[in-house]
Amino acid sequence: MATPTTRTLAAVLFTAALLVSGCTRSERVRHETKAEGNRKAAPPFTLKDAEGKTVSLEDYKGKVVLLNFWATWCGPCKIEIPWFVAFEQKYKDRGFSVIGVSMDEEGWSIVKPFLAEEKINYRVLLGNDSVGTLYGGVDSLPTTFVIDRDGNIAATHIGLVSKSDYEDEIVSLLEGKRTTTGPDSRAAAGSN
Amino acid sequence: MVTADFKLQLRSGYHVNSNTPNDEFLIPLRLTWTNGAAEAGEVVFPKPQQEKYEFSAKPVSVFSGEFKAQAMFKLVSTGTMIGKLRYQACSDKACLPPRTVEVKLPVEVHN
Repeated sequence: MATPTTRTLAAVLFTAALLVSGCTRSERVRHETKAEGNRKAAPPFTLKDAEGKTVSLEDYKGKVVLLNFWATWCGPCKIEIPWFVAFEQKYKDRGFSVIGVSMDEEGWSIVKPFLAEEKINYRVLLGNDSVGTLYGGVDSLPTTFVIDRDGNIAATHIGLVSKSDYEDEIVSLLEGKRTTTGPDSRAAAGSN
Repeated sequence: MVTADFKLQLRSGYHVNSNTPNDEFLIPLRLTWTNGAAEAGEVVFPKPQQEKYEFSAKPVSVFSGEFKAQAMFKLVSTGTMIGKLRYQACSDKACLPPRTVEVKLPVEVHN
């Protein structure tokens, strides 16, 4: 009699612990504003926009800039984008601009259709790891920096923040008001 | 055909898109195999959760916590199957970049 054939998988169960090496959740959501004397310069960068035009942060010197790192696969980013469209429309004549930096690995082939779908009216650039590193790694999206007219970072937001918080900061910088110093109370509220 | 069960576990407060996300721009959960010691068949994920988050106007198809899925194989020889698990995770306020991790599955065939 022939020997029965036995076919087994040596390991029939494995565990993949998805996520999130190192940092705890609270470290991935952070909101911070800096008073005028305590601000650091926004790192300079040069990237290309959807038309292939080279754009530098330096081009925006003298303006208040909302620099938003985002991606098409980022749900919280999609909530913020219509706010930024409204800010661009409302404040562009007062010396304000939004710059979106897409961190999509697939590049323009996926970003361009998204720009059209969302009717984005501000300049979007294609980011890379080098620029992300300049801004602290940008390993959590959305990550947004509000930059004052002198090119210094006045506020940092990692994770979703309210529209009114952004607008208050923009208006404050456009009007030359001082903002509060240090991490604000929303850091704790946002890290539950 | 044989079946390998696999368990996936997410840190509390995070979710991954399911294998069938309901938005074309979302990155689905995928487990793919390179044929070698076995021929890879279907991968079966559980029924996804439909969750509403602060950032979502409509429910999002996700997995969270601990869940199990099954991969089917037609065994060929003793060896190791190499798989790639691709996922993209978010909390209710922020998202992490997509990741691909390698999965190794030893196979023993006894005749």
